[in-house]
Amino acid sequence: MKAPLPGWVDIGLIPVVNVLLAFVVVGLIVLAVGVNPFTAVRIMIVGAVGYPEAIGYTLYYTTNFIFTGLAVALAFHAGLFNIGGEGQAYLGGLGVGLVVLALDATLPPVLLIALAVLAAALFGAAWAAIPAYLQAYRGSHIVITTIMFNFIAAAVMVYLMVNVLIAPGSMSPESRAFADAGHLPFIHDLLAYAGITMGQSPLNLAIVWAALCCVFVWVFLWHTPWGFELRTMGHNPSAAIYAGVDIRRMTVLAMCLSGALAGFVGVNEILGVHHRLILNFTAGYGFAGIAVALMGRNHPVGIVLASLLFGMLQQGGAELSFDIPAITREMVVVIQGLIILFCGALAHFTRPWFEALFGALRARSGRTTAAGAAEA
Amino acid sequence: MPDTPPAIELRSIDKSFGPVHANRGVSLSIARGSITGIIGENGAGKSTLMSILYGLYEADSGAILVDGQPVRIKSPRDAIASGIGMVHQHFMLIDTFTVLENVVLGAETGAVLRPSLAAARQELERLGREYGLRVNPDALVGDLPVSEQQRVEILKVLYRGARILILDEPSAVLTPQETEQLFRILQALRDRGATVILITHKLREIMAATDTVFVMRHGQMVAERQTKATNSEELAELMVGRKVRLALDKPACHAEAPALTAERIGLRDGRGVAVLDNIDITVRAGEIVGIAGVSGNGQSELLEVLAGIRAPTTGRLVIGDRAIDAAHPADPAEMRALGLAHVPEDRHRYAMVAPFDATETSVLGYHHEPPFSGRYLMDRRAMAGHCSNLMEHYDVRPRRPELRSSSFSGGNQQKLVLAREIATKPKILLVGQPTRGVDIGAIEFIHRQLVAARDAGCAILVVSVELDEVMALADRILVMYGGQIVGEVEGSAADERTLGLMMANVWRPDAAKAGVP
Amino acid sequence: MEEAITFAVLILSATLRVATPLILCAMGGLFSERSGLIDIGLEGKMLAAAFVAAATASVTGSAWLGLGAAILVAEALALLHGFACITHRGNQVVSGVAINILVSGLTIVFGMAWFQRGGQTPALPPEARFMPITLPGTQALADVPVLGRIWGDLIGGHNLFVYVALLIVPITWWVLTRTRFGLRLRAVGEVPLAVDAAGISVAWLRYRAVLICGLFTGIAGAYLSIAQNAAFSRDMTAGQGYIALAAMIFGKWRPFPALGACLMFGLLDAVAIRLQGVRVPGIGEVPVQFIQVLPYVLTVILLAGFIGRAVAPKAIGVPYEKEH
Repeated sequence: MKAPLPGWVDIGLIPVVNVLLAFVVVGLIVLAVGVNPFTAVRIMIVGAVGYPEAIGYTLYYTTNFIFTGLAVALAFHAGLFNIGGEGQAYLGGLGVGLVVLALDATLPPVLLIALAVLAAALFGAAWAAIPAYLQAYRGSHIVITTIMFNFIAAAVMVYLMVNVLIAPGSMSPESRAFADAGHLPFIHDLLAYAGITMGQSPLNLAIVWAALCCVFVWVFLWHTPWGFELRTMGHNPSAAIYAGVDIRRMTVLAMCLSGALAGFVGVNEILGVHHRLILNFTAGYGFAGIAVALMGRNHPVGIVLASLLFGMLQQGGAELSFDIPAITREMVVVIQGLIILFCGALAHFTRPWFEALFGALRARSGRTTAAGAAEA
Repeated sequence: MPDTPPAIELRSIDKSFGPVHANRGVSLSIARGSITGIIGENGAGKSTLMSILYGLYEADSGAILVDGQPVRIKSPRDAIASGIGMVHQHFMLIDTFTVLENVVLGAETGAVLRPSLAAARQELERLGREYGLRVNPDALVGDLPVSEQQRVEILKVLYRGARILILDEPSAVLTPQETEQLFRILQALRDRGATVILITHKLREIMAATDTVFVMRHGQMVAERQTKATNSEELAELMVGRKVRLALDKPACHAEAPALTAERIGLRDGRGVAVLDNIDITVRAGEIVGIAGVSGNGQSELLEVLAGIRAPTTGRLVIGDRAIDAAHPADPAEMRALGLAHVPEDRHRYAMVAPFDATETSVLGYHHEPPFSGRYLMDRRAMAGHCSNLMEHYDVRPRRPELRSSSFSGGNQQKLVLAREIATKPKILLVGQPTRGVDIGAIEFIHRQLVAARDAGCAILVVSVELDEVMALADRILVMYGGQIVGEVEGSAADERTLGLMMANVWRPDAAKAGVP
Repeated sequence: MEEAITFAVLILSATLRVATPLILCAMGGLFSERSGLIDIGLEGKMLAAAFVAAATASVTGSAWLGLGAAILVAEALALLHGFACITHRGNQVVSGVAINILVSGLTIVFGMAWFQRGGQTPALPPEARFMPITLPGTQALADVPVLGRIWGDLIGGHNLFVYVALLIVPITWWVLTRTRFGLRLRAVGEVPLAVDAAGISVAWLRYRAVLICGLFTGIAGAYLSIAQNAAFSRDMTAGQGYIALAAMIFGKWRPFPALGACLMFGLLDAVAIRLQGVRVPGIGEVPVQFIQVLPYVLTVILLAGFIGRAVAPKAIGVPYEKEH
């Protein structure tokens, strides 16, 4: 009876059904707050992709989701659960801010931006490296440590912003604005150079960097010997040892890469949009990365698609809350939670249904062939 | 007492796990108040049979009678209710609990523990007095030595009122003195009317402790003997059977210089118990050295040490100019660089990654080397070409490198792993259980490949629990028992009986000589 | 002298108030984790309970109905966690994270939809809250130096939940160490196979653990919104569920040490608030963040084995699968 399911059901149909289930629940919640879900969907789609500025915003949000989604996915491939994306992104932004605040008067833009991106990677990696080291060499649990590190990152940032980096005379905890050299160009400005006009949006060059990161992760995981070792460790640590992998070092390496990717949220936000160091710019993207990675099946292509969806939800959700006050932007957070639930924790709970379904189908076709054979 | 029904009667028990027929129509009858041994090689089906009796598995067909009454045993709970208790080879104890808590768990008398614990304390006191089963009831189980943990397991079973005790390889974790002590306890139990079933592969214990012995082979019950009326030699023969010697035409070996030398290798496990003890092995280029032995006598650990997965605690390995010891360990990557290839015993655990495609599995461990990998990037086409090449030469089916490794049959997986390791033309090749889980057709093929590698000058060490396999392949046979090498026989001079006795560590050179006409 | 006593009473009673939800959640988490289930979702259950308690109390005007609703919703989430992790053997961390994120969104979505106050619930009148209890004799002792303050403000003057939380700790200890259920619960968190082999249902034991966890986190949530405060506000748990998790780990999964950790973390918080902007002689101004972050830092250090070893239940995080 319990024959294995066809491959396409396992890796195609079940994940799709899981996502659909999540959205069915979302629809019920929307109904519960007294809004017609179909109206909501229409408004969201128009709000997300209906006009150029909206597309700009959607892609700007997408950029963040790609970074944190890749971060979580890369760690997953190594068999590690990085819940610390939030803190790593925060620290990445700090790295960007420190570099630009220190050097924006002296360095030319290209060099400054390169250094700032590097700093984002280093700070994010360092913040992930400590929990990784503690797991690999001291035996503490990476999930708990990365959670703790999120809080520590938040406290460090508040302290630095309130006491050290605050702009002189400012009332709110913000650094001084960066000089122009420390701005990652907006896409609408770049398009304007090329003679194309596009409405203003926060979309900036970081999205190109995100695309490059996708390619990098794909090449790294599936086309380099280190990625090979990382995946081997994730699936089967014993086989990794057999294959000559130092799994402690590989744990630290995987988390460093994961942290660096999360740190790039700081590039998009601080270098690309705010142009000053502020508090709370990570806004839950680190956690959302878990949903993105689970929905995108830990593959860069899937992550891009899931990020686009989440970007649309984020932007469309903003429009929706504007049009229908009964619905708030936090509906997106609800959707993220449901996606994590259905694509992650409950990923296998529809399987028995499919097994029963395919078992029944098989039994029926078996009977007809048997009947056919008997007639013959 | 002719009218007393037997304590246990099994009738035509049949059990299959997928294609493996673990028990075939097994029947036996065990008298009340006796110690009965069940003996057989690894995989003979003894543990399966006892697991059926204890409700861990359900038989496909057959009947179980306890005290002459047919019973259905679907879970351990039913078995306990029928008065059957089992002391598992891997203890079901909770290290952080006291002895008393472990004994009481699942047999509490009420919602509040205190009365249960008090009652258990009294009962333990009584059992300790009557059977010499003394354990400090307030000690944490994790702090106790293994022999006392085993006593706790026995106490648990007795506390639940079991009259029939099954012990699965109870001496595996004990020293000879502790084993003696255990047997005295079992005899005390028998003298008070309990029925004891002892599963073991150690002939000496059967002879020392039992009244009756059953011999199993290939899932069948092949003999029943009164212990007094038999001897180790007969039982060894019954256990191993008259096997058809695998026909393998191989040219005489031309052993050359030593390629791998192990000098006084010792290894201690986490508890400080010696699992390898003073092992000396030399493997020369162009010869196959076979390691025979019942599994669990240190062969797996030996392979892991030789392959660089674990460092030896004492002694050293020498390969060429490199000496490897505890202070200068080598990891598997370095071992590969030294020209050592390794086909692990447990291919699922070590040799392959289930979700990887065959292409990736075919370069596992060699993924840094050209042509699979340049300085930074792997060359998928070269990998896939390599994989189809291996599949071609080793007849791996289906010949599709893009399939998941786990979707191949056991034999084809093994052929792929073997192909991968031989393809590098290693100086030294370690092979654990070359044909475990491999269909008959592939066995001969694999054997021939190993001989071919030998003739090409490779130094090969084969570890196998299949005696006929070792005899077919090896030019020289070493026998392991209790972490030591207890015997060495030239391959051509080897006979099953001698090896069987060596494996059970009851072989005495003079007795053997006396046996030869 | 009198001033020092006053200060100490203030700090200590603040400590108790801050520690109460931590204690409740830590004890809940303790039941769950001792049974072998990681519970990252303490935060989410508490937040959901806080919201529902305030919402119900504000609609019905009854504090007790608020408490009941809070417990119900926390239990529902606990069962969801159990359904995913026990029945379907899902990843326990993922499930906990999902619950936290889901709840952080849902409380705001429903809060805005129902009350239109930016995620806040309406302020509750005293009748719809659990108010501080004035112990008998407070009036009489009010003028007695030292004792009066201690009786009135430290021992007395708290709402019901503070006492409940303090009571739950010895109860937890008693249940875990002195009852059949506790013995089996601890066993299932260590070697579920042994429990199964003894003929006891692993799943049912774990479901009961999860339900107890739901009960305690439900009370903790109600405490936040209808006892300590008079309304629900967005993200009002502010990481306290995680601090409770840290305290439980810091207490090495044992009730009284976990209580100690909760009180220590509570004290740190109370001191941090007091020290805000105060110059400590010889040190200067101690940054509040430095003190606030201590629970997390200490937990990390503990887990890394630098101060003793926190050994988690052996089977934690591993879904139990029968071999056949």
